[in-house]
Amino acid sequence: MTWHSLTDWWWPYIFILLAGWLPTDIWRYLGVFVGGKVREDSDALIAVRAVATALVAGVIAQLILYPSGSLAESSVFLRIGAAAAGFLAYLRLGRHVIVSVIAAEIVLITGLFLDF
Amino acid sequence: MKRPPSGGLFLAGMAGSGYRLGMADSEFSPAPMPEDDSLRTRFSWFLSGVSMIFSIPAFILMTAHVGFAGFASENGVSLLQAAFMVATIWALPANIVLIGAISGGYSLLGAAIAVGLSSIRLMPMVAAFIPEMRGPNTRRITLLFLSHFIAVTAWVMGMERFQHIPRNMRVSYFAGLGMTLTVTNTLVVALVYFLSTDFPPIVFAGLFFLTPMYFLTSLWGSARDRSIHVAMVSGLLLFPLVHHLAPAYDLLLTGFAGGGVTMGYVRWARARA
Repeated sequence: MTWHSLTDWWWPYIFILLAGWLPTDIWRYLGVFVGGKVREDSDALIAVRAVATALVAGVIAQLILYPSGSLAESSVFLRIGAAAAGFLAYLRLGRHVIVSVIAAEIVLITGLFLDF
Repeated sequence: MKRPPSGGLFLAGMAGSGYRLGMADSEFSPAPMPEDDSLRTRFSWFLSGVSMIFSIPAFILMTAHVGFAGFASENGVSLLQAAFMVATIWALPANIVLIGAISGGYSLLGAAIAVGLSSIRLMPMVAAFIPEMRGPNTRRITLLFLSHFIAVTAWVMGMERFQHIPRNMRVSYFAGLGMTLTVTNTLVVALVYFLSTDFPPIVFAGLFFLTPMYFLTSLWGSARDRSIHVAMVSGLLLFPLVHHLAPAYDLLLTGFAGGGVTMGYVRWARARA
């Protein structure tokens, strides 16, 4: 069975539910059961939070190192440089998200225009 | 009882009184406990969550969905199908994997496995989120329903905001925040698809870079202890290595390896103290 197997109007929606919604929300529901078992202020919670945080950090690294779409053609060094500039601006200039975003974008856009 | 801060207070004040007039003697009236005030407070926190749609992270997420609408239409997915995907799946990587599988002619099972692999990361994320969000009397069915709205942006926003919100109001707050984010972005995808808005590539390149910068800074800023910073740095550094070794499971393995490093640090710090 593929996306084009049936021509009925409802088939793509069933496909989305079975191949998209189900294999995604099942992990969320499992997370609710696992999260329901961990006690506040336990080592288990510290561990779960550490795994989740490292994982989201992995998402960040993925977006910077292996982006898709229009960013994919830019230099990886430009992207790392822009992210580093943004993060440094965040740490040094009063910890504002917007300051970091602006600093990173200035470096990135300048680099893209200079075809770096 | 603490009241919601700033923008939320304004909204909450306006709608709070209307809520009481409308609801006090209707279906919610036989609520147990200090019903009236509790329900009003709950609803004002819900609205405070709703008002987070006017925030930088919400705007960044919308720009990411602008890109998704274009990706869907390029791959022959219709407007309604794309909007349906956003609402039911509510995880941008899973959506992109699903469209890739569709245009690659995958079978239903093959597509489900590919999507399932990209979504495993939600399990530890939700498991860490639930103990922060649940109140003393929150029912499991409520948590199961709300877990659908947990994706990376909502996760980062919630983990950052929860510490400023009374424990028994966090579920209401996240209900407002999560559902509004999902509904709004579903509409954004439909609208952008309909208008077939197009931007020069450099605009997209700039927009795509907003997401990692937001995650990076707000996750760093939301940390209450050093272990979160250790977990972040190890995740950032380990990812390229793990991606090189096992590309299919890179995020999940990065999570476990980074988590292991962090627990090692926690043990070491305790032994030293």
